[in-house]
Amino acid sequence: MTIASITAEIDAATTSAVSLVAEAADLVALEEVRREVLGKRSVVAKIKVSIKSLPAQDRPEAGRLLSLYNESIEEALTARQAQLGGIEVSGVSVPDLSLGSHGLERGHLHLVTQVRRQLEDIFVGLGYKIAEGPEVEDDWHNFEALNIPPAHPARSMQDTLYVDLGAEEQFMLRTHTSPVQIRTMENQEPPIYVVAPGRTYRNETLDARHSPIFHQMECLAIDKNLTMADLFGTIETFARQLFDDDTVQTRFRSDFFPYTEPSAELAVSCVFCSGTGCRVCSHTGWIELGGCGMVDPAVLSAVGIDPEKWQGFAFGFGLERIAMIRYGIDEIRTFYDNDLRFLAQY
Amino acid sequence: MRAPLSWIKEFAPIDRPVDEIVSALNQLGLEVEQVDVSGAEVSGVKVARVVKVMPHPDADRLVLVDLDTDQGGTRVVCGATNLVSGMMVPHAGVGAQLPGGLTLASRKIRGEVSDGMLCSSLELGFGEDARGILELDAKSTLGADVREMLLLDDVVFDLAITPNRPDAMCITGIARELAAFFDESFVIPKPRLVTESSAPDALSVSVEDPDRCPRYYAHRAEVTVGPSPSWIRSRLLKAGMRSINNVVDVTNYVLLERNQPLHAFDAQRLDGPGVVVRRAKSGETITTLDAVERHLNSSDLLICDHSGKPQALAGILGGLGAEVTESTTEIVLEAAYFERMGIARTSKRLKVRTESSSRFERGIDPDAVASSATRALELLVEVANGRVGANCVDVYPSPRKPEKITLRTDRVNQVLGTLLKPKDIEQALTPIEIKVKKNKKLSAFDCLIPSFRPDLTREIDLVEEVARCIGFSNIGRSVPRPQSQVGGLTPEQISRRVVADALVGIGFSEAITIPFVGPEALAKLSDYSAVGLRNSLREEEPFLRPSLVSGLLESLRLNWSRGLRLVRMFEVGAVFHSPLSEGEAPIETEKIGGVLSGTIKRRPVEDNRTLDGYDAVDAIRVIARALGLGVIKVASLPAGSGLVPMGVGYEITVEGQPWGLLSTLGAESGYDIPVFVFELDLSDVVLSARGTQDYEAPSPYPPTAIDLAFEIDDEVPAGLVSDTLLQASGDLVESVTLFDEYRSERLGAKRRSLAFTVQFRAPDRTLTDKEVGRWRAAGIEAVVNTLGATLRGVE
Repeated sequence: MTIASITAEIDAATTSAVSLVAEAADLVALEEVRREVLGKRSVVAKIKVSIKSLPAQDRPEAGRLLSLYNESIEEALTARQAQLGGIEVSGVSVPDLSLGSHGLERGHLHLVTQVRRQLEDIFVGLGYKIAEGPEVEDDWHNFEALNIPPAHPARSMQDTLYVDLGAEEQFMLRTHTSPVQIRTMENQEPPIYVVAPGRTYRNETLDARHSPIFHQMECLAIDKNLTMADLFGTIETFARQLFDDDTVQTRFRSDFFPYTEPSAELAVSCVFCSGTGCRVCSHTGWIELGGCGMVDPAVLSAVGIDPEKWQGFAFGFGLERIAMIRYGIDEIRTFYDNDLRFLAQY
Repeated sequence: MRAPLSWIKEFAPIDRPVDEIVSALNQLGLEVEQVDVSGAEVSGVKVARVVKVMPHPDADRLVLVDLDTDQGGTRVVCGATNLVSGMMVPHAGVGAQLPGGLTLASRKIRGEVSDGMLCSSLELGFGEDARGILELDAKSTLGADVREMLLLDDVVFDLAITPNRPDAMCITGIARELAAFFDESFVIPKPRLVTESSAPDALSVSVEDPDRCPRYYAHRAEVTVGPSPSWIRSRLLKAGMRSINNVVDVTNYVLLERNQPLHAFDAQRLDGPGVVVRRAKSGETITTLDAVERHLNSSDLLICDHSGKPQALAGILGGLGAEVTESTTEIVLEAAYFERMGIARTSKRLKVRTESSSRFERGIDPDAVASSATRALELLVEVANGRVGANCVDVYPSPRKPEKITLRTDRVNQVLGTLLKPKDIEQALTPIEIKVKKNKKLSAFDCLIPSFRPDLTREIDLVEEVARCIGFSNIGRSVPRPQSQVGGLTPEQISRRVVADALVGIGFSEAITIPFVGPEALAKLSDYSAVGLRNSLREEEPFLRPSLVSGLLESLRLNWSRGLRLVRMFEVGAVFHSPLSEGEAPIETEKIGGVLSGTIKRRPVEDNRTLDGYDAVDAIRVIARALGLGVIKVASLPAGSGLVPMGVGYEITVEGQPWGLLSTLGAESGYDIPVFVFELDLSDVVLSARGTQDYEAPSPYPPTAIDLAFEIDDEVPAGLVSDTLLQASGDLVESVTLFDEYRSERLGAKRRSLAFTVQFRAPDRTLTDKEVGRWRAAGIEAVVNTLGATLRGVE
């Protein structure tokens, strides 16, 4: 192998490559040509290997010739690609934009975030602010101040996950967003109008129907003269806005929560069957959304608010549950798999 | 709590359609979880006697059962294990019907012909016990119709009773509520006990801890132990309890009827007629009815005999020693009121919850102890040949004082938003046995609380009772609008939305991952002081996440396993670290993390593009821009540090402050294609920067640009060169942009050429070449002198 023979080979390769490029009938064929003339099995790839056997003084010249080859063939390929990418419309060649794109995509917010924002915006519209609190809580905020003393039967209703810091059951992962109520009332004089969305924890393993985490939103209003009628009216307004349907009805049934009295379970008429019964509402015509009630005077007293002067209401519900109802998602696990095809649907 | 309608009707004439009753119970807060009506579908099921039980020749788990019926002998194949010869059983022969529209036919099971089947209580539409064939009264008539005998044509409501309603844990309590709702009469018949003077009644009871046992009632009775009559069996069955024998069944019957747990001791097996109620000694043990030895401590309460031997774990479970058996001829019947918290503590510690303990925990009626015991004795006389002496022992040293609560009409209306009149309140509370008396001074009521409602202790409790009784549907709807504030998000909350939206805009999707990690995942991360969980059910993941990275990598792998190879995800959330000193809460910090990997398909328009570290830097820059933060810098870290020590790590700083970390992972971490992860601080400091910049007027004058190229060692990062240029080029420098990186043999190994465009602009004039020339020289001098570069020829 000499510099002369290499020069000749590159010349021949150039001629052949240029005609191959010119003959390529479509973009797929052009891709094949590209592999043939520039790929690992091309003539020039072999030449590149053989450069090592040249005398040292000839090597730069051979390298220059090779890069010249590459440049000119790339140019030819690009030109031919532009030709093939264009189509004739009324005699004028225009690019075929149905070929594809540069591959730019937008991503997607998690469905729970989308539901959360929608709910936040509804309450902002009603004049509320958004309150936040830590996910690791102490006994006072998660239980005691909410009128759930130690050994209270209500504690057995919740499977609390405790944090291990050596000491006995001192800190826990909050079992509900209600401790944010307490923190808000501790830090702010009434009147108070807030919603507290956030992550909550239960001691469960993850399967189709259970999850160790889920998201709740809690609403708290404290003012002079707030009544149960205000509670029911606020929930009804919120539900109609949420489902974008002014015919949604609300139903309240007596229930028990240590931190509200009177307490009620809240349900809305099924938006899928208008209350006539379907699979979503288990043929009852009603969808249970959460719990509500008037803030228990013991809770107000615990945070130093005079229950004779101020009163208020609170309610809460699960964000995943709302999403599951709205979109017919049947397994809660779906939310935490983060399968991109799931995320991309919303 | 399972409540048969036929039983409820014994106390209140509730003659309404089932759906009306269900709706009433739900409104009252006694939530109906299920309604069993399927017993009505049973037909043709008859009493048969087991003659012989033989193994099935071709199946280990089946037996052949020869039966005696009113039609003669027959044979069934059965899978139950509780069959013995002589037992009376429900036989659904050919043609019989069972709930769910099942009609029995003769069929072969593993080669043997079966004439229908034998039934468990579940198969008859009631009860939850599918384990064995229902054993019927030994005295039942062969061929009798089981549906009639067990009164299966009934409705059973399965109710979820909230912890605040102890009174609703029994049939009479539920009947009382329904009677009040439907405005019907409600009567608990007073038990009539015929005593016999010849029956022994001497008994001594000593209560050593009256705080834990405020009332203890005991009565002796001679009994003949045997099977219960069908009507008792039927009711226990429908309420979900097994029949044991007539004496035990009576105690359970009264428990269900009146919410009073009772216990019967075999009197002969006690050391003398009587009991002692005392605290356990530390280390003492008792073997309970379930044959488990329980280890006690001094906070547990025991019922002992006079020799001091423990005979029952008070209020929770009886002892095996004095269990009522077939040979029992005399019992001591206990009816007591135990303090709630004590029972709750022992029950929780020993992990034993019984029908009895759950009722004591909620609080039973202390004033009904004696009358409930009398009801049980009345039944024992009726069904167990009971002979009862005249005298009982009733230790009740401090009888409960009636609770009196003042209820203001105004307060009711203030809380409920109603316009109720005093008479409305009176009408609401009277039917649930709250005695109201007008208190003229206060325009209020003095309310006398019945002893079965220990949950009513405050005015607000009565407000709730009024709301419950008038019905929530009679409360109006109004929407308050806060006068004190305008609704809205804080600047930090808006920032959180803006940053998420920005990432979505460049192709990232949001993940929410389970925030727990296992030791293996933890070991791959940097050396964090992770917080452990005490009692997690997810034993394989016993730590709270110290970083978002492990969750994001897990989500990446899930997508890969499903064939999705292009992944760009981010997560916003809290991470947790051990507190700095004891007694403090774990440190909780908000972070934003991201993961990216894979190839963007662009063919045939142009070449496909594989994501690389610069895409991660782009994402970080976009986050910084969205948050209104200043210039970010990326600096490589020594090997073995960073987010994931196994990969190559970089530190991200913003305006000179550490902000987060970026790592690239590849084959060394077990990934076949490169993966990029980053995590940045998202605390309030970061979130509050947006929108705080001062305005700078855009200059209307043209820029002047110069190009500079330097030959420089690889060890000097390009970022440092551009920083140096920026600093040295005077106040009017607008930007420094790297536009080329070039290597060649002439430059030598580990050296490269970097070419920059430096652009200048003044706010008030067009710059002259002379001015720019000065800064150009200063820039070159700084780079050459401080970084060891040489200036190349400039195009």
